Amino acid sequence: MDQFEFTTSHKKFTFGLMGVGLLALMYAVYCIMGTEGAEHHVASARLWSNLLICGFFFIGIAVAALFFLALQHAAEAGWATMFKRVFEATSSYLYVGSAIMVVVMYSGGHDLYHWMHADAVEHDALLKHKEPYLTPWFFWVRTFIYLGVWCFFMHLFRKLSLQEDEIGGTEIHFRNQKYAAIFLVFFGYSSSTASWDWIMSIDAHWFSTLFGWYVFSGIWISSLVFMTLLIIWLKGKGYLPKVNENHIHDMGKWIFGVSCLWTYLWFSQFMLIWYANIPEEIVYFKARFDDYKILYFGMIIVNFVFPFFGLMDKSNKRNMGWVSTIGVIIFITHWLDVYMMVTPGVMKDHWHFGGIEIGIFLGFLGLFLYIALNTLSKSPLVVKNHPFLDECIHLEQN
Amino acid sequence: MSETKMIYGLYDDDGTLTTAAKKFVANGLKIKDVYSPFPIHGIEKVIGIKWTQISIAAFIYCIIGCTLATVGMRYFMVVDWPMNIGGKPNFSYIQNLPSFVPITFEFSVLCAAHGMVITYFIRNWTLPFVKARNPHPSTTDDHFCMEINPVQNKASEDEIKAMLKDSGAVEIFEK
Repeated sequence: MDQFEFTTSHKKFTFGLMGVGLLALMYAVYCIMGTEGAEHHVASARLWSNLLICGFFFIGIAVAALFFLALQHAAEAGWATMFKRVFEATSSYLYVGSAIMVVVMYSGGHDLYHWMHADAVEHDALLKHKEPYLTPWFFWVRTFIYLGVWCFFMHLFRKLSLQEDEIGGTEIHFRNQKYAAIFLVFFGYSSSTASWDWIMSIDAHWFSTLFGWYVFSGIWISSLVFMTLLIIWLKGKGYLPKVNENHIHDMGKWIFGVSCLWTYLWFSQFMLIWYANIPEEIVYFKARFDDYKILYFGMIIVNFVFPFFGLMDKSNKRNMGWVSTIGVIIFITHWLDVYMMVTPGVMKDHWHFGGIEIGIFLGFLGLFLYIALNTLSKSPLVVKNHPFLDECIHLEQN
Repeated sequence: MSETKMIYGLYDDDGTLTTAAKKFVANGLKIKDVYSPFPIHGIEKVIGIKWTQISIAAFIYCIIGCTLATVGMRYFMVVDWPMNIGGKPNFSYIQNLPSFVPITFEFSVLCAAHGMVITYFIRNWTLPFVKARNPHPSTTDDHFCMEINPVQNKASEDEIKAMLKDSGAVEIFEK
């Protein structure tokens, strides 16, 4: 089976998830309509922060998949050639994701970003000082540049990959390598600045130089987990017959390694702020420790302990059932990580965790899966003429 | 070194050796070991060498390092002479835990790495001033050597030598 079939039952499942999301969205809107004053404000902040959380989490997965694909191109790595189409499919959400991000930040900017209020900036020395950078028109210029360039490279890599199937040879391979190098440089900057603009600017008075890396490692690990789960699922359906535990072992190593990177960066950011103990920096963690203690620490512990001890052993990384169990758990807790980046800044201590959060997450997941599976079904599941295809088929681990 | 005489076949190419080893194993011959200047991909599966347990040893050394660092730092920085660093007086280990994490991490890695290297040296008996045990000096240069124990095999010594010769060994010797 080298052609993935997007069956009606798959479609029904993804539409079902999207339906749940739509219901949650309607309920959130109903909450906004039915309330007045402060409660109205909280309900509206809750809706927009949830849309930003899921919008960012899933566009992060898509762009990190594109980054991971470019990494394989730039390094001329052969181990992942067979499931390169899975990486491409995961990144294909970028068009829709970009549109969602623009709509959410445009319509919800008033609730999400304090610095978007011109009168607040007027009476705030710090925000006034940051105004050259944190000003709406410049924010939108940057946002469109990130999204535009990401979408362009997504389109380019996909087009070249499909062309390679037709003509073969090494010419496209080397072109891919060149374009991937350019994309990686752009991504290196844009992943940091995008996380400052979209996420860090929620707490407009606070800043951290490590924040970009922290967010980047978070989207990278979420993306790796998503792609691994998709590969294991396809394998379970009988697709990708030549993918074996050696390939899953490699994906498991990436999950293990990037989880350690994420923990390292979280801790580095936390320890420096904790040690210096400067009021203007400590507010970020104070808000999270005071009002979100169990969720916040629970999220950090699960994100570190599960992949670290769970995937440390060689035989665990080769066990597809075990890798997917760990994967599902940390996929959810990394969504919770994004929740923790956004909600304390927007909602302060008026947070709720319930149907709206879960429903909107499921809705986005359904949309993401629909787009990824739809792209997957449009082309042969395994690339045909990639120069490293044979190397990937014979991949072996010690 | 063991008392039994071993039969060795020296090859000048790792591919020839791997092909030969596969053929021997298929014919029921037991290969004791292979000496090579670099790791030959997949040879350990062909000749049936068990997977190393050094990673488990590394984990144990890591836990020892972690414990030593914790106990040591608690004694130095809290019990014996509480120090005030950056406005954070060390009267309690648990409250200052974040500042001890980097050193605990580094010391765990240090213990794991050194423990692994020392274990590896002792296990292979490649310590300084120890006489090398490889059967032929050129296995550290450009030749690959297969070791066969004639006692463990049904085939006679002459048969084994004939098989080695047929498979393309450049030199056959006993030791």
